[in-house]
Amino acid sequence: MDFSRRETLALGLGAAALTILPFRVNAAADDAIAAFTGGAAVADGGVTLGAPEIAENGNTVPIDVSAEGAVSIMLLAAGNPTPGVATYNFGELSGTQSASTRIRLAGTQDVIAIAKMADGSFAKAQQTVKVTIGGCGG
Amino acid sequence: MADGVKPRVKAPKKAAAGEVVTIKCLISHNMESGQRKDSDGNKIPRSIINRFTCDFNGKSVIDVTMEPAISTNPYFQFEATVPEAGEFKFTWYDDDGSVYEDSKKVAIG
Repeated sequence: MDFSRRETLALGLGAAALTILPFRVNAAADDAIAAFTGGAAVADGGVTLGAPEIAENGNTVPIDVSAEGAVSIMLLAAGNPTPGVATYNFGELSGTQSASTRIRLAGTQDVIAIAKMADGSFAKAQQTVKVTIGGCGG
Repeated sequence: MADGVKPRVKAPKKAAAGEVVTIKCLISHNMESGQRKDSDGNKIPRSIINRFTCDFNGKSVIDVTMEPAISTNPYFQFEATVPEAGEFKFTWYDDDGSVYEDSKKVAIG
């Protein structure tokens, strides 16, 4: 079977896309991301997510997030019973597009930040946080 | 959860015009997630603050939608531009309909 130059390129691109695709987070988190982005593509980079590598107490995990030029940032905890954490909407007087807060994590999982930029594009960052004691009661 | 809710805000009293200032705010609140069970195994109903906003002279600085995954005594730190003398207004919206407010004046100096 012969491949034309065009087909070879397409195959290569397809293979590259498959390897770059982020690993599957749970379905609820995917739904939340889709609801926020409206199905638009989400690029990596452009968002800084600060989270501890190991959180001893899942009840208060300090998280800071910043994304220059963002109009809103959504925080998600993929492994929580409900993945939503918070959505920041930055107004005209926000000094920098950054904010920090403390969140609950049910267990070791990925924290995801998705930023909606002023031009309508989306960017994301994610980090795994190891949690020693979960923060959702039980 | 209308009792014992006390907002605390730390904002500078003075700023240069156009300066970017850091604001820290905390409000004491249980933030009952709706996931926990009491000793009889009944679910404790959700009771959280679901929205927090900060305005300066009526212009929005930040508007945060909060979910049950925000910790007890929700704390936020963010940055705001101060274009002129005026007042920061902070508002928290509770699930039960209560609204908690606080304000801080900022002078130009």
